[in-house]
Amino acid sequence: MKILVALKQVPDTETRIKVAADGKSIDPADVKWITSPYDEYALEEAIRLKESKAAEVTVVSLGSDSAKDVLRNALALGADNAVLLKSEASDPLAIASALAAWAKGKGFDLILAGNKGIGGDNASVGPMIAELLDIAQANVVVKLEIGDGTFRAEREIEGGTEVIEGKLPAVITAQKGLNEPRYASLKGIMGAKKKTIEEVDGAAPSGSTSVVGMVMPPARPEGRKLDGEPAQQAAALLSALKDEAKIF
Amino acid sequence: MAGAYATFTHMTDYMGFQGLLTDEERMVRETARDFVNGEVLPIIEKHAQDQTFPKHLISKMGELGFYGPSLPEEYGCAGLSSVAYGLLMYELERGDSGLRSFASVQGSLVMWPIYAYGSEAQKQYWLPKMAKGEKIGCFGLTEPDFGSNPGGMLTKAVREPGGKWRINGTKMWITNGSIADVAVVWAQTEDGIRGFLVEKGTPGFNAPEMKGKWSLRASTTSELVLEDVIVEEEKSLLPHVKGLKGPLGCLTQARFGIAWGALGAADACYQCALDYAQHRIQFDRPIASFQLQQEKFAWMVTELTKGQFLVLQLGRLKDAKKYTPAQVSMAKMNNVNAALEICRKARTILGANGILDEYPIMRHMANLESVYTYEGTHDMHMLVIGQEVTGIPAYR
Ligand SMILES: Cc1cc2nc3c(=O)[nH]c(=O)nc-3n(C[C@H](O)[C@H](O)[C@H](O)COP(=O)(O)OP(=O)(O)OC[C@H]3O[C@@H](n4cnc5c(N)ncnc54)[C@H](O)[C@@H]3O)c2cc1C
Ligand SMILES: Cc1cc2nc3c(=O)[nH]c(=O)nc-3n(C[C@H](O)[C@H](O)[C@H](O)COP(=O)(O)OP(=O)(O)OC[C@H]3O[C@@H](n4cnc5c(N)ncnc54)[C@H](O)[C@@H]3O)c2cc1C
Repeated sequence: MKILVALKQVPDTETRIKVAADGKSIDPADVKWITSPYDEYALEEAIRLKESKAAEVTVVSLGSDSAKDVLRNALALGADNAVLLKSEASDPLAIASALAAWAKGKGFDLILAGNKGIGGDNASVGPMIAELLDIAQANVVVKLEIGDGTFRAEREIEGGTEVIEGKLPAVITAQKGLNEPRYASLKGIMGAKKKTIEEVDGAAPSGSTSVVGMVMPPARPEGRKLDGEPAQQAAALLSALKDEAKIF
Repeated sequence: MAGAYATFTHMTDYMGFQGLLTDEERMVRETARDFVNGEVLPIIEKHAQDQTFPKHLISKMGELGFYGPSLPEEYGCAGLSSVAYGLLMYELERGDSGLRSFASVQGSLVMWPIYAYGSEAQKQYWLPKMAKGEKIGCFGLTEPDFGSNPGGMLTKAVREPGGKWRINGTKMWITNGSIADVAVVWAQTEDGIRGFLVEKGTPGFNAPEMKGKWSLRASTTSELVLEDVIVEEEKSLLPHVKGLKGPLGCLTQARFGIAWGALGAADACYQCALDYAQHRIQFDRPIASFQLQQEKFAWMVTELTKGQFLVLQLGRLKDAKKYTPAQVSMAKMNNVNAALEICRKARTILGANGILDEYPIMRHMANLESVYTYEGTHDMHMLVIGQEVTGIPAYR
């Protein structure tokens, strides 16, 4: 079985984001980059399948040279091959098109990705790849079983679980809960040094949307302290929640 | 745990330190950091309060290759650079000095001498098991009456007929002693000091735990009592070293890691105090805005930064096989001292909160009091440097 995992490099969740001078992108100064956490679940699932079913795992990331860190980390965790699709594309359709065009005809039985990249939160690349390749998909998956040319995926829905079965090849997007990602072992890290990252020109077809502006949320107004007896304070809080915050 | 809930905090890097690391070195640090955030920080205060070592982490750290990671792959180790090893110690000690002590003892004080002084059969038997954490080791040098002056030790090993040795003596302050499967015991013999591997359960050998420490409470410290212990030379004696240089060679390895590790504890305290000071309001302003506190932060981050570059250079020299024990002494002395001072200053910045176990500072600060003393006291390293530059030993 051949598995492809799509990985995105994103700003660390702890980074204090600043808008760049162009007013429509993130200022890269002081940003620490990590693998999008949902992609870590996708990768972990692939490595587990490699261990249980002798699958071959290829990881791909679309981005600039810095995305090699994400790929190297994936190799340290157990991926067999890594490919960097060099591209500046940021529109989800452009990214999905480039990934799908690269993956087409390479015989992947399973394509795994995070259900969304944190930060952008578009949740579109996985499903778009499935549509572009015209293969099955199951999204926001918390449990996955692979049979003989088939898959069975579980997703959490309001008040219950939805079970989806389908035929491979398929795109599965991972949700928190799918597994517990492992830590890279030191031997894995040293092993990754011996593997190479293939670089491919991923010049993407132009996208359908473009980001025109990015603004920080307005500063939070200063808090207010309620005075008086506990009963008075409770009444004041209740009326503030009702009349000002209008939460009920 | 890696994954969406990871609290991914960063090392303090004022001067572009990380830009001087290789990809592997950065990755080793990140994996260790992730591990400490996920597995150590949530549980360590309780272990320190209860005076227990978190034993469940032993095999997890083994799986990740944290023991003896600079030793070669043929013995089940990762073959890391010295700098990567140092970064691992930095992150482990950011968790707790007890955890770093465990890894230092296992890797540098037990696996390293087996690797450097042991027979091929001893290496084949012990190293892969110890790398995985299936077997635990301890290092017995210090005695009740011989600490800074180990050359005077009283523990004695005498040759017996039939390729055997008889060992008698008492060791004290031995990290991991009671939980170890094997002890490296240093003893006087007719050819000078020799090292012996003594297995748990050998008749006459006991390792009672020492209690009552206010420091390194999440680490096991023990006595080793050897009463007419009989060992087989082939399995037990480390054949390739004689004299005090045997144990001192091990200590040089471990001290190198300690010089890195202490900075990890200091970094944790610095970051904690900085965050606290930016949010703690007194006199209508964050206390970080007061000059007195800023002086502390400026001092702390300067010392942390100097320490980082000192050990980085030492690590590069070590990998090039061009370092000296006196250089390791400087790094151990300077960095542990600076780390302890950083923790103390951080403690003051938190006011009363600084003494609570909700924050890691008091634990780190108390731990570093041991680190200041073990592996050669601060004073002894000072005297080693003094001897190095003047050519005159002042301590003997
Ligand atoms: C928690 C903990 C864990 C330890 N783990 C281990 C272990 O795993 N294995 C092991 O073998 N040991 C271990 N030790 C022991 C440690 O290495 C010794 O405590 C250390 O070497 C100092 O020896 P001492 O305590 O006997 O102090 P002493 O040697 O009695 O020193 C007391 C003071 O006198 C000073 N002093 C001594 N000689 C001189 C001199 N010539 N000139 C000036 N000043 C001098 C010292 O600097 C110190 O300030 C551990 C200690 C602790 C606290
Ligand atoms: C074990 C214990 C017992 C105690 N018992 C009592 C008790 O019985 N009764 C009682 O009332 N209190 C008690 N206290 C509280 C103690 O008096 C306070 O902790 C102390 O006044 C400091 O206040 P704080 O902890 O809020 O620190 P903070 O006031 O928040 O100070 C934090 C740091 O900021 C510095 N700082 C604050 N303002 C400035 C400034 N303007 N310029 C420069 N630096 C500044 C401080 O020096 C300190 O380093 C106790 C505390 C402890 C730890």
